[in-house]
Amino acid sequence: MWRWCLIFGMTAWLATATPALAFIAYVSNEKSNTVSVIDTNSWTVTKTIKVGQRPRGIEFTRDGKFVFVAVGDDDSIQVIDVAKQEVVDTLPSGPDPELFALDADGKILYVANENDNTVTIIDVEKRTRLGEIQVGVEPEGMAISPDGAILINTSETTNMAHFIDTKTHQIVANVLVDARPRFAEFKRDNSEVWVSSEIGGTVSVIDPVKREVMKKIEFEIPGLRSEAIQPVGIGMTKDGKTAFVALGPANRVAVVDATSHKVTKYLLVGQRVWHMAFTPDEKYLMVTNGVSNDVSVIDVAAQKVIKTIQVGELPWGITIAQP
Amino acid sequence: MIRWLVAAIGLSIAATPVLAADPIEIGVGYLGRAGVKPKLSLVELPAENDGLAGARLAIEDNNTTGKFLNQHFKLEEVRLKDNEDVAKAAATLAERTGFIIADLPADDLLKAADALRDRGTLLLNAGAIDDRLREQDCRANVIHVAPTRSMLADALAQYLVWKQWKRWLFVVGSHDRDKLYADALRRAATRFGARIVQERIFEDTGGARRTDSGVTLIQRQMPVFTQQAPAYDVLVAADESEVFASYLPYRTWDPRPVAGSAGLVPSSWHAAQDQWGAIQIQNRFAKLNSRHMTALDMQAWTAARMIGEAASRTKSGDTKAVSDFLKGPDFSIAAFKGRRLTLRNWNLQLRQPILLVDGRMVVSVSPQEGFLHQVSELDTLGADRPETKCKLR
Repeated sequence: MWRWCLIFGMTAWLATATPALAFIAYVSNEKSNTVSVIDTNSWTVTKTIKVGQRPRGIEFTRDGKFVFVAVGDDDSIQVIDVAKQEVVDTLPSGPDPELFALDADGKILYVANENDNTVTIIDVEKRTRLGEIQVGVEPEGMAISPDGAILINTSETTNMAHFIDTKTHQIVANVLVDARPRFAEFKRDNSEVWVSSEIGGTVSVIDPVKREVMKKIEFEIPGLRSEAIQPVGIGMTKDGKTAFVALGPANRVAVVDATSHKVTKYLLVGQRVWHMAFTPDEKYLMVTNGVSNDVSVIDVAAQKVIKTIQVGELPWGITIAQP
Repeated sequence: MIRWLVAAIGLSIAATPVLAADPIEIGVGYLGRAGVKPKLSLVELPAENDGLAGARLAIEDNNTTGKFLNQHFKLEEVRLKDNEDVAKAAATLAERTGFIIADLPADDLLKAADALRDRGTLLLNAGAIDDRLREQDCRANVIHVAPTRSMLADALAQYLVWKQWKRWLFVVGSHDRDKLYADALRRAATRFGARIVQERIFEDTGGARRTDSGVTLIQRQMPVFTQQAPAYDVLVAADESEVFASYLPYRTWDPRPVAGSAGLVPSSWHAAQDQWGAIQIQNRFAKLNSRHMTALDMQAWTAARMIGEAASRTKSGDTKAVSDFLKGPDFSIAAFKGRRLTLRNWNLQLRQPILLVDGRMVVSVSPQEGFLHQVSELDTLGADRPETKCKLR
């Protein structure tokens, strides 16, 4: 019976999906206090969901049924039911949550609390706090290693990537990077972790075993002051070969050869580009442009911007459901 | 038993990097003059710990970072009384700390700098805005974190010109520092294409700043004082002495905005600044000090953070190593102003955006768009390298 269902389902899915796979992207609009839902087939906003104050970090749950969104000025993380497209619950996040990371099973949530120099650990199912980890000043970026053993937290005024053991909740290493580190991203094979420094203007490539900076990626755009180049969001293809780095008020996304760590291209997007997410087939990369209130769609293979979608005011974070 | 021993050894090995040696102690001095500066508005009266409170927060921030680097920062505060000798106080403080954050008038700062010249102590000027300290009177052992009068004036002028308020009615106070600010504003007008249509002096004839029926009198005086002016777009007032400027808004004869020492005011910081993550430092500051953060607080915070930043980059508390890093090409600091701040290597002035505030809100941040520079747009504010009179010694 199940098998039949499955085969039938697959056929139906394949039939509808052949022209282009449709995915759903959720975008947090920092100023409007809303989340825009985008259909990647038609590239249109299909729904705008009201959320709490100052939504920023946003992530699908592993089962794709819910979206977590950090609403910093309400000191909580709200839970959006994807089927209902509305906020249905709240997680106890600690003060001023901005970014967070879910563990591989989707059971534990690690939240950076900018206001009190802590990372809060939350049991997603029980909706309870499991503990807190003291980190540097203004914790922000969060990433979990592919093997789940290490949580990276970046602290913006301390200028470090803190390596936290996810079992003991102890800091095991602190790696100094350039000023105002905002985002961390692992290569899928655990060979590198990249940390963007917004004010320093660089991306540090860290060896996760030695826990040392191996290399710093710098950016240079003719005709643009170096102060305007402020790396924030990072996206890496699953094969670990190509990376994209959002450069903030430089209004560009840098394409980086992730093997040689050389910048190969700059793509002009909207104003003040923040964060990004790939469609699961990695055909497209969507980036949020804070000041121009839109989302740019990048064709990953062609390395070209193909579309701009108007969303709410000051779009910040973005997440796309896995199929 | 053996198992226990092995476990204990294992633990001690794992814990070694955390529990290493005693932390490196890094002393930071704060040298200021006691006494409260007069203000026309009661709400602007500075707190007793104005400036110092910012340094204290930065020391806390430095120590949060220092935990991970085995560094510990300690603030030593010295407030001078009226006739106390600044050179002597600075020398005594320098026996214990390699770095001194100074909130001193220009002449006092120079006395302190010269007294410490051969000692290697680094002074960070958080309070004095005098251009001469960065020009003809510059010193190799003083880094300037406070902006200069000309940086403040240029920041304001760029905005007024962008706004197309190019005809200025210019009112200047009768005290020396009012005249210095007036000089900076005149220079800014010439630089950015504004025109002073008329200049008036507001004589300080003495008298109290606070009286029971003052408002009635002011309401009669200010319209009359601003009467019969040539056509103008904005009244620009230079009144650092706080004698008259705050009385001007809403009382000018012609309905015109006021800028300079009242109305739209250029400042390195304001309690309403919330962009670029600033809300976080505002919250931290309020939690620690139960009040708003002022420009002087921010300047002192930045000074103490610069020491912390250099100590973490050099992994050292050594005065020379830290000073060399700060003066070197790799130094930059994040201070919630949307871009990195660096030092002008020809006079050791910190480059920084300047906020334009109306007392309640941040109206704009200079440099304004379109004011270009071949090195850094921040160098469109204040004296630039080709015009400097500084020879660092």
